Amino acid sequence: MQATAQKVFDIDKIRQDFPLLEREMNGKPIVFLDSAASSQKPSAVIDKLNDYYRQGHANVHRGVYQLSQEATTAFEEARELVREFINAPSSKECIFVRGCTEGINLVASSYGRKFINEGDAVLITAMEHHSNIVPWQMICEERGAELRVAPVNDEGELMLDELYALMDDKVKIVSLSHVSNTLGTVNPVKAIIQKAHQKGIPVLVDGAQAIPHTQVDMQELDADFYTFSGHKMFGPTGIGVLYGKEKWLEQMPPYHGGGEMIKTVTFEKTTYNELPHKFEAGTPDISGVIGLGEAIQYIKEVGYDNISRHEHELLVYATEQLSQIEGLRIIGTAKDKASVISFLVDDIHPYDLGAILDKLGIAVRTGHHCTQPLMDQYGIPGTVRASFAFYNNRADIDRLVEGINRALKMLR
Amino acid sequence: MAEINNIQNEIIDEFAFFGDWMEKYEYIIDLGKSLPLIDEQYKDEDHLIKGCQSQVWLHADEEEGKVKFTADSDAVITKGIIALLIRVLSGQKAEDIAKSDLYFIDKIGLKEHLSPTRSNGLVSMVKQMKMYGLALNAKS
Ligand SMILES: Cc1ncc(COP(=O)(O)O)c(C=O)c1O
Repeated sequence: MQATAQKVFDIDKIRQDFPLLEREMNGKPIVFLDSAASSQKPSAVIDKLNDYYRQGHANVHRGVYQLSQEATTAFEEARELVREFINAPSSKECIFVRGCTEGINLVASSYGRKFINEGDAVLITAMEHHSNIVPWQMICEERGAELRVAPVNDEGELMLDELYALMDDKVKIVSLSHVSNTLGTVNPVKAIIQKAHQKGIPVLVDGAQAIPHTQVDMQELDADFYTFSGHKMFGPTGIGVLYGKEKWLEQMPPYHGGGEMIKTVTFEKTTYNELPHKFEAGTPDISGVIGLGEAIQYIKEVGYDNISRHEHELLVYATEQLSQIEGLRIIGTAKDKASVISFLVDDIHPYDLGAILDKLGIAVRTGHHCTQPLMDQYGIPGTVRASFAFYNNRADIDRLVEGINRALKMLR
Repeated sequence: MAEINNIQNEIIDEFAFFGDWMEKYEYIIDLGKSLPLIDEQYKDEDHLIKGCQSQVWLHADEEEGKVKFTADSDAVITKGIIALLIRVLSGQKAEDIAKSDLYFIDKIGLKEHLSPTRSNGLVSMVKQMKMYGLALNAKS
C-alpha cells in the first residue's frame, strides 16, 4: 500500500538513528522502555526542526513574500503527508491540534454543543485514558447528558456484548481507544464502528497508542473521528492530528476563535473559514507540523510491516522472560496486544520497583498511567509498565529482567 | 532549630559510610520495612496525602509545644524516607519545624524522591508537617 520502498530492518542501524539511546541514565547505558508515554526522536526529525528554524521559518497563510510561501507550502505538504499516511479521503479532514487530548476536547466541545442534548448519552469504555474520560464528563455535565461506561473483563478486553447493549438511541457518540495505554489491548475498533453505524451512532477513536505500532486507514476503518499525538510517533511534542469526516466537521461550530479560522470579521458578524482552517485558530505549531511530516516519512521508510514484526517479537520475548520471574503477574492479557506490558510482582509497590530500576538505568513508567478507574477495577494502586518501540532490542529486555531480579533481592 | 540540624548532620554522617546507592537503598528499605509508623486508626481518608505514585498517611499530636508525627506509606522506599523525616522533625518545637531547612535529603543523595515530579506524596507531606508547625506556633 505504501509507495515508499521499505528498507531491510536492521535493529542496530535503527538504534543509531536515535541519538538519545546513546546516553546514560544514573551512570548506566539507558534502557528506554517508556515509549508509550512519549517516544524518542530520530535524527531526521531533529535535523528537520533545526533546518526549519535556521532556514525556513515565517508565519504561514499570510505573507506574500517568498519565505512565507515556502513555509506555507511545507506546512500544507505535511498535511498532505498526514492525509496519505492515514488514508483520509481529503486533507480538509486533517486538522492540526496540540495532541490527542486536544483532539478529544475539540470533538467533545464542538460536536457536543451541537449534537448532545439533555437526556442524551455518551458511551466510553472502562479502559480509557483520562483524556478520553474527562472531556466527555465535562460536556455531559454541561448538556445534562449521561456518561455510560462499557465494561472490561479480567484479561483486559472489552466486553463487546455489554458494549453493544449500551448503544441505544440515546447515545450520540461512542468514544474509545484503539489501543489501551495501560493494558496494551488492541480493541476491535472496525467491528465496533460497524455496529455503532448500524445504529446511526458516530465513533471517535483515540489512536494515541495505535499509530506508533500499526498502519491505520480511515477509509477502511470508517471512523468518524480519529485522533493521535505526534510525540508518541517519533515526532515533536505539541502537535497532533484530529481526523474528522467532513460531514461532521462542517456541521460543528468552531472550537477556538481568532486569526486563521475566519473569512471576514466585522463587529456585527464573523464568517468562518473553510475546513480545515475553521478549527485552526491562531498561528499554528508550524515547526511541529513540519517535524511531524518528517516523522511520517521516517515511519514509512522503516515500514509498518517491519515495525509490527519486530515489536511482536519483542512482546513475545518479553512476556516469556517476565513470566519466569516468580510472583510476577501481567496485568492485561488480551489475545490481541500491542507492545505494552503492565505488571506487578507479589505485593511490591510499583514505585519501589520503578525507583530501583531507575538507578539501574532502566526507564519504565509506574503508577496508574492516567487510567485510575481501570486500576480501581483491578483493585491495584498502579502497575509497572514497560512499553517497546521498534528501536528497542532483546538486550533491553534482558536488562529489564535482570534489573527486576536485582530489585526483588533488595525489596523482598 | 539546632537540634533539627544536629539530627540531620547525624544522618549525613551515617550515610557517608555507604559505598553506593544500593547500600543506601537497602538501608532505606529496611527502615521502611520496620514496624508500622502510624496507628492503624489514622490510616483513613482524613490523614491521606494522595500522590500519583504512592500514598502517604500523616498524623500529628501536640505534646507541650512539641509536635509528634507518625506517618506511613504504601511504598516501602517512600516509607523509609518518611522514617528519616520523622527522625528529624518529630518531637521538635512547632516553631523550629515551621522554619526548618531539610538539607539532609539532598546531602544523602535522595533528593529525587523529594522532587515534585516524582509525585509520591513526600513533597506534600513535608509541606503538611511544616503547616502543622506553623499552625501550632500561631496558636501558642
Ligand atoms: C490512550 C491515550 N489517549 C490519550 C493520550 C493523551 O495524549 P497526549 O497527552 O499526547 O494528548 C494518551 C497519552 O498518554 C494515551 O495513551
